[in-house]
Amino acid sequence: MIEVRDLVKRYGATTAVDHLSFTVQPGRITGFLGPNGAGKSTTMRLILGLDRPTSGSALIEGKPYRDLPDPLRHVGALLEARAVHGGRTAFNHLLYLAQTQGVPKRRVQQVLELVGLQPVANKRTKGFSLGMSQRLGIAAALLADPRILILDEPVNGLDPEGIVWIRDLMKALAAEGRTILVSSHLMNEMAVTADHLVVVGRGRLQADMPVAQFIAQFSGSAVLVRSPQLETLRAAVAEKGWQCTPSGQEGAVVVTGTTAPELGELAAARGLVLHELTPQRASLEEAFMELTREVGQFAHRAPGQPEPADAPVPGQYAPPSGQPDAGFTAPGAPGAGAGQPRGGNDGGH
Amino acid sequence: MSTITDTRSTLTGLTPLPPASGRAGFGGALRSEWTKIRSVKSTVWTLAAAIIISVGISTLGNWGQASHTSLSAADLARRDLVQRSMFGIMLGQLVMVVFGALAITSEYATGMVRTSLTAQPRRLHVYFAKLVIVTVIAFVVGEIISFASFLIGTHFWATKGVDLSLSSHGALQAVIGGGLYLDGAALLAFGVGAALRHTAGTITVGVFLLFVVSIIVNFMPDSWQADIDKYLPANAGGQVWATQHTADVGTAFGAWAGFAVYICYAVIALLAGLLVFKRKDA
Amino acid sequence: MIEAVGLTKRYGDRLAVDQLSFSVKAGQVTGFLGPNGAGKSTTMRMILGLDAPTSGRVTVGGKPFAQAAYPMREVGALLDAKAVHGGRSAYNHLLCLAQTNNLPTRRVDEVLELVGLAAVAKKRSKGFSLGMGQRLGIAAALLGDPQVLMFDEPVNGLDPEGILWIRNLMKALAAEGRTVFVSSHLMSEMENTADHLVVIGRGRLVADCSVQEFIDNNSELSIRVKTPELTKLNTVLTDKGAIVRADGDEALLVTRLGMTEIGDLAFDNGIRVHELSPIQASLEQAFMELTKDSVEYHAAVPAGKGA
Repeated sequence: MIEVRDLVKRYGATTAVDHLSFTVQPGRITGFLGPNGAGKSTTMRLILGLDRPTSGSALIEGKPYRDLPDPLRHVGALLEARAVHGGRTAFNHLLYLAQTQGVPKRRVQQVLELVGLQPVANKRTKGFSLGMSQRLGIAAALLADPRILILDEPVNGLDPEGIVWIRDLMKALAAEGRTILVSSHLMNEMAVTADHLVVVGRGRLQADMPVAQFIAQFSGSAVLVRSPQLETLRAAVAEKGWQCTPSGQEGAVVVTGTTAPELGELAAARGLVLHELTPQRASLEEAFMELTREVGQFAHRAPGQPEPADAPVPGQYAPPSGQPDAGFTAPGAPGAGAGQPRGGNDGGH
Repeated sequence: MSTITDTRSTLTGLTPLPPASGRAGFGGALRSEWTKIRSVKSTVWTLAAAIIISVGISTLGNWGQASHTSLSAADLARRDLVQRSMFGIMLGQLVMVVFGALAITSEYATGMVRTSLTAQPRRLHVYFAKLVIVTVIAFVVGEIISFASFLIGTHFWATKGVDLSLSSHGALQAVIGGGLYLDGAALLAFGVGAALRHTAGTITVGVFLLFVVSIIVNFMPDSWQADIDKYLPANAGGQVWATQHTADVGTAFGAWAGFAVYICYAVIALLAGLLVFKRKDA
Repeated sequence: MIEAVGLTKRYGDRLAVDQLSFSVKAGQVTGFLGPNGAGKSTTMRMILGLDAPTSGRVTVGGKPFAQAAYPMREVGALLDAKAVHGGRSAYNHLLCLAQTNNLPTRRVDEVLELVGLAAVAKKRSKGFSLGMGQRLGIAAALLGDPQVLMFDEPVNGLDPEGILWIRNLMKALAAEGRTVFVSSHLMSEMENTADHLVVIGRGRLVADCSVQEFIDNNSELSIRVKTPELTKLNTVLTDKGAIVRADGDEALLVTRLGMTEIGDLAFDNGIRVHELSPIQASLEQAFMELTKDSVEYHAAVPAGKGA
């Protein structure tokens, strides 16, 4: 279990993490979301004791990271896949890590096998692709069989098979009762991976809830209905005070203001045949963007920038909110470029 | 008013490009290569270092020799003081090798070459544009080095009563030659760089050709040395910035014949580089 | 339009690309898929003339790319966001590219504005994050207002807003009638972005069809039905030859029977329906199905031009 309590981290005038509190429970995958510069990487670094908090605390199994007797046996982390000495072989890189933690040598072989790097174990990591480095980083994180895993953008550079593999691996590890905190910018990936979400914006907690609840809360409900008796159905829907909008498909409409079961009951009561009755599930991405709109721009925004609510004209190239990556375009506002706060944040390194 | 603002195409929001005519060619490539050279600090610093190191060493050398020599003005006048005054070129050529190498190998080291060749896939344009820019810059910097070294040197020798100036016998040609020699070093490295695509390797080869070969030849039997020595790049090229051409060892080339031999090395390297640049996958 | 005919690239003994023929049409986003090492990057490099094909040819707008009058006006490509000199500022990087094609300097400022890098235009790209580097690469690709755009893994390093932005950008470019050819490992992203797919494996063409066709060809459509009268519906459907599985406690997953038939059957038998929706296999599932065994690469070729 990871407990973050009232955590604050300031870099000069920039508050990267602003009174953040949340708990990461074992036995499930917790997705850690937020735009660039929202404070995700800083929070992960604080949890791992790489940075010192300005105030508050981040505890692992009740203790600060640096007080853990065998840190790697408690926590495995993948922060930056490239943070490896390129001249060393994959095997030696892991062996060196294993030796510092008193992990037996045969475990090195095992994790190499697990991540599929066995064939290149004796190759120098310099020549590794991003995907291979990523696998090596995951191997290192798993080396000491930790109860807690912290992974920053683990699918980076992996091919489709690799993506499915890491997703299944995380699920299996969570099912074993481990605690998994994983950050990603890929909403579609998070939607099929995470059970629970912790969303941060501007260093503050924006949401801490199950994925399904998050989607339900930040998106409206709508139902796609197809029927050979569409006009009668339309009239019935209007009587109920629900709204019909065109679906873009012949013989089908989208009804809002109700649920699929209610609509099904209505059709049955009126003796109408249904050829489709599909609840329109919002995607995690849509929900995330909706949250962004609701709470205002997550990251620091320079004065004069358009409000995120100014939806871009459809088809226009302007990034949503008129400001990409929510940060580094902020002109002339020192510290406002959340993509590059002074202490290094999500935006860079 | 609205008709004017409507010149922006609806989707891109950008001003439309002027209609295209002709083809992207050598002129654009030349402008681009000039931008590349001047917009990167490493090349600017390399050139500044070349000037500072070469002129600095020349100045120190001239000062040291002029203030410690026991030779009379007449004896000194028989020495090749013109070449001696540009002594810093010996080190300057190494920095020019680095400049020539970086001009091409940095594109490979950073991966920029793929972007460059996507913008202009007609590779000969890119190669020759680079070559022209490197040649011109190395020439200008080389001449700055040789003229500055020489002019500073004349002051030290003047204190010894030796009247040295650009109008002295062979001096102008040798001083211009000093710059040309440095230019040749940069071109040699550029050619090798295009062929090897590797900065450290290119510099190693450059140093080998300009320095190490001479040392190796020194260990050969004298009779061999007499035949080989004058063909070595540094010796052949050295004639163009000397005023005395029948030096200690056997026969040497004349100024321009020697320079032609020296430039042959560069041309061979440049041709090899051209072939690799044009043919090999980027 | 991009057209590859019998494109082959051999590195020593290894065939990276093997007799590949496909065409990428204008007006749609074409996804370029394949596992690592399938030959995607090599193919893209050959399109741009960075690598010379061992045999076969590839043309852009009817002629080899190297013959384009103004290459940047024909093709904008982002192959590798790292393919820049880190010591050069974003502005100068774009300027030196623009100059090769006689593009107006003003255009450099405009694309920097467009991708949101105007504020860091004078900064050296060395300090850029992956996402910023990606934006710089996209800016370079758009400089020449090209008819053909090629992107290799464009969402790499972008945050959710950036991902949405580039996706909408690609769709808008295609809607303008441009050719957009994009490779990605993110199937969910491709599913949202691409209209058409070119899938390769081991250097050979595995599929060349629309996204929908690809999913349909490589997975079975199932229908999810929710009803308070589960048992009754189950019996009715099974009698009609459908394959029915339970999906949780209150829903059924039905295959071998269409949505319309199920709706009609429910109505005829007076069964109230609370949900009746198609469960679409994801592109990822279809892709995994297709590439799970390389032996099946050929067996599973849908109505494309088989290799």
